[in-house]
Amino acid sequence: MQEINCEVLVSKAAELLEKGTVDRVLGWKAGEFDYDITPAVFHSEQELKDGFVWNDFCGANFSKYLIKETGKSENKVLVFLKPCDTYSFNQLLTEHRFDREKVYAVGVPCSGMLDIGKVKQSAEGIAAVREEGGEVVVDTLYDGSISLKREALLPDRCANCKSKKHVAYDELLGEEGEAVSSARFDEVEKLERMTPDERFAFWQGELSRCIRCNACRDVCPACTCEKCVFDNPNSGVENKAAANSFEEKMFHVIRAFHVAGRCTDCGECSRVCPQHIPLHLLNRKFIKDIDSFYGEYQAGAEVGSRAPIVDYKTDDLEPGEAVGGGENA
Amino acid sequence: MQVKEYKPLIVAFCCNWCSYAGADLAGNNRLNYPAEVKIIRVPCSCRVNPMFILRAFQRGADGVILCGCHPGDCHYTSGNYYTRRRMALLFSMLDYLGIERERTRVEWVSAAEGAKFAATMNDFAEKVASLGENKRLEDLRCKK
Amino acid sequence: MQRIGVFVCHCGTNIAGTVDVKAVAQALKNEPGVVFSTDYQYMCSQAGQDIIKAAIAEHQLSGIVVCSCSPRMHEATFRKTAAAAGLNPYMVEIANIREQCSWVHKEMPVGTEKAIILGKAAVAKVNLNAPLTPGESPVTKRALVIGGGIAGIQTALDIADAGFPVDIVETKPTIGGKMAQLDKTFPTLDCAACILTPKMVDVAQNENVRIFSYSEVTDVKGFVGNFEVTIKRKARFVKEDVCTGCGACTEKCPQKKVPNEFNLGMDNRRAIYIPFAQAVPKVATIDPNYCTMLQKGKCGLCAKVCTAGAIDYQAKDEFIQEKYGAIVVATGFNPISMEKFDEFAYAQSKDVITSLELERLMNAAGPTGGTLLRPSDGEHPHTIVFVQCVGSRCEACAEKGKEYCSKICCMYTAKHAMLIRDKYPDTDVYVFYIDVRTPGKNFDEFYRRAVEEYGVHYIKGMVGKVSPEGGKLKVQASDLLDGKQLHIDADMVVLAAAIEPDKSARPLATMLTASMDTNDFFTEAHPKLRPVESPTAGVFLSGTCQGPKDIPETVSQAGAAASKVIGLLCKDKLTGNPCVAHSDELMCNGCSTCERVCPYGAISYQEKEFRMPDRTTKIRRIAVVNEAVCQGCGACTVACMSGAMDLRGFMNKQIMAEVDAICK
Repeated sequence: MQEINCEVLVSKAAELLEKGTVDRVLGWKAGEFDYDITPAVFHSEQELKDGFVWNDFCGANFSKYLIKETGKSENKVLVFLKPCDTYSFNQLLTEHRFDREKVYAVGVPCSGMLDIGKVKQSAEGIAAVREEGGEVVVDTLYDGSISLKREALLPDRCANCKSKKHVAYDELLGEEGEAVSSARFDEVEKLERMTPDERFAFWQGELSRCIRCNACRDVCPACTCEKCVFDNPNSGVENKAAANSFEEKMFHVIRAFHVAGRCTDCGECSRVCPQHIPLHLLNRKFIKDIDSFYGEYQAGAEVGSRAPIVDYKTDDLEPGEAVGGGENA
Repeated sequence: MQVKEYKPLIVAFCCNWCSYAGADLAGNNRLNYPAEVKIIRVPCSCRVNPMFILRAFQRGADGVILCGCHPGDCHYTSGNYYTRRRMALLFSMLDYLGIERERTRVEWVSAAEGAKFAATMNDFAEKVASLGENKRLEDLRCKK
Repeated sequence: MQRIGVFVCHCGTNIAGTVDVKAVAQALKNEPGVVFSTDYQYMCSQAGQDIIKAAIAEHQLSGIVVCSCSPRMHEATFRKTAAAAGLNPYMVEIANIREQCSWVHKEMPVGTEKAIILGKAAVAKVNLNAPLTPGESPVTKRALVIGGGIAGIQTALDIADAGFPVDIVETKPTIGGKMAQLDKTFPTLDCAACILTPKMVDVAQNENVRIFSYSEVTDVKGFVGNFEVTIKRKARFVKEDVCTGCGACTEKCPQKKVPNEFNLGMDNRRAIYIPFAQAVPKVATIDPNYCTMLQKGKCGLCAKVCTAGAIDYQAKDEFIQEKYGAIVVATGFNPISMEKFDEFAYAQSKDVITSLELERLMNAAGPTGGTLLRPSDGEHPHTIVFVQCVGSRCEACAEKGKEYCSKICCMYTAKHAMLIRDKYPDTDVYVFYIDVRTPGKNFDEFYRRAVEEYGVHYIKGMVGKVSPEGGKLKVQASDLLDGKQLHIDADMVVLAAAIEPDKSARPLATMLTASMDTNDFFTEAHPKLRPVESPTAGVFLSGTCQGPKDIPETVSQAGAAASKVIGLLCKDKLTGNPCVAHSDELMCNGCSTCERVCPYGAISYQEKEFRMPDRTTKIRRIAVVNEAVCQGCGACTVACMSGAMDLRGFMNKQIMAEVDAICK
């Protein structure tokens, strides 16, 4: 359950609309099911009351939406940002991707979102998901209500949350959190400890499921290019039917490289992947390597910071020495 | 078991100012290295986009080597420093995907180091040859 | 589709000995776009070039590939050939089948096979080549020298002598810099003022030189040949063109308690002052921080005594804008602050001084009239301890010192020791050193004279502590060679303070987009081959702003920088390199990543209105490359995620095509 409930957000949004601070609200709207939440723009208190949702499935990071949304009106747009979203928000500001003046950002504390995939593993035919006595209760169509431990239902990005602190906002609801030390690199390290053959087998297994739907790219707040290289016939890597080779793997490597130093580790790529490929493990590898080779760096922690990949020191380690990981690496 | 002598295909990106000149010097001094090494001239090692390297592997290269001016000697002052960071990260990522580390290399070769150029290419070609064909990146789509 | 001609050179037997050139020509004939293919003994010869020219005309070739020696050898030749035949010279590609093929492979089949592949790669590239035209930009025939010390003065004089106008911008009220504060110079011991002041007069009288003293550069726009610079002329409250420099005002001013910076605060000056007798321009300046009239509106004595009527209390800072073709940085150095070096009691005792302070104490125009007296009590010192490398070569003390060697201290300390022993033979002089570094003409001889003829006690070891006690300075030190602890009761301690770049250098570097090292010294374009040029085209380096230097080195670098400037200003137009970066505005995100990796500051951003497919318009931030500044390294092309940034002559597509051709 979230610390701040939906009504607080609705009344805050209504208040800001009323005052004229903003003329629209970027928020979450219920879909067919409780867990099937989509981003939406609300223009009035009535619309908010009818459709605004804030629950354990509001994972979508709105930062990227601001690029298009801020262009639509001269007035400010209200956006609700979870702590992890604020990093993307700052990163996009660093890259001049939207006008800060056109946004009114309200920070919302987050106690972690639920991974519907994990819920579904324990419960079939989900009718509703609610919280009761600290546990997640799933009402199902066939098996009645099932109680589940919240911790077991968190996606990796929330189980290994890097920060409860909002690094950007105009107004904060609830208490300010803090950056937390997480075990987010454990999975990466596990892979690093494998032999190259095992690693290859792992990624072969994962990436061969890719259907190149581009969802990871489309949701990624770092993938905001006006024209993606994969859509550009002049780039030499444009989309082709992946007939002859391994192009899907190349797609993921190139994508990870393009967002290296810019990825805030928001985990949206893995959240939206319909094939459940742990794409965040590619990005986290870069983050971990950057931290260990060039000193800790968190993209989006502050606006205007210079990512290590566009920086250098004269005594940087050589590519041959740069071994990120265990003895098998 | 009979093993047919296998010749690896190697793409070498050389910066115009140091390493390409170093390769020329190797030629002037008639220092042999395997013919499988094919050089592509770029203005600076920092011109080499990871996409070029991946493309080479995709198309069947068995090894890719990048040569640039020694750190501190870049014709453009800082290009090879960027190269160093980019390639450190890229190679580490390829390694993470299970691609053999010996298939990729960055070497700093000055215009005066013809001998180093030839020795580097001999050594690199030998290492790559010992790995055998690059199946992992060249191969068709990963299948379960 | 291109119409490509392929020309395979035998280079006598250099190529033909290991490569079947006919087979190469034959094989390449079938490549896409190739309409003509031939071979010849020496393509670079007149006859060979004629074959190329004839083929261009006969087959209406749009591009050519020459399979020959290294492009480093004859690319320029074949580009000229193409241009002579009316083909854009950038439609030429070279396949290096000599240095990188026939000379390194021994067997004909191997060499031939590789030569074909290299030829195919070149053909694949030419297929994507586009004609390129180098940009031209005019050159403003005026140079700016920032800093009016010996480096700036010498650079300005040399440029002016070549007939070009030069402006010197100096932050102080007078030019002269650090050298004007020195007493004698090593290794010849001639007086600094005697050799500097004539140069100051020369520069003041030179018709080609304008001196903007008491001024600062506040903004720099533009690029090589076309800089636009804003100079702030700080209000000096004295009309520069009216003041005669008579000095009457500086004697009558009632505000006498202003620390005299020229003598490093060891005596006082008035609120209206001329820094020193030979100042250029010899004009008074009112120090607004001390002038009673400017502070409180009362006094006005200087205006009363000024017969020329030069005083102007209403003066304001003025900004002037000027165009320059070249900029020389000569911002110089300062000794680092000694405040943090508690072990040497600099802050505790007046008798612990820096070497530069000693220069003033020994100078006839200094606070003591040239007699060496202890600052605390005005007595003659009889024991003087010099400490070398204070804050230099100091890896462990990064927070107060510098890691580098300041280079000049060994020599000036030898000079000081020698001068003191010469003038006051009853004085004992000790010098504590880590090493004595004397590389330079007549330098080691000079140092040996100090030791052998003048009996200066050189002791290898560092001073651990200086403590003021009963009018003496207790110096505790180690003698590393004898392995002993020493205790010396000194009357004076002189610290050879490390030198650091002037504080104005860092913001200036930002304005100039010139790069600096971690110590704030300007970086040269190439450490060996282009030592006086900054990597930013049109910006040159003179003197200690680039690294520690003594006077002869500074003067030679000043001359070198001047000759580079003259070489630039002699040109009417600058022809650019057309192989520069270019951003596709439709794809550019305006994210500023490319700007961050550009070593030349060639990339700027502008807001541009775009018409969207739905007929609305949208204003987007886009990168714009200044082609006159870009040097074509391509760092930005990789930093650019979207691929909007590409490098002409080495486009993504072209390199990709080469990769594809090689990996078939």
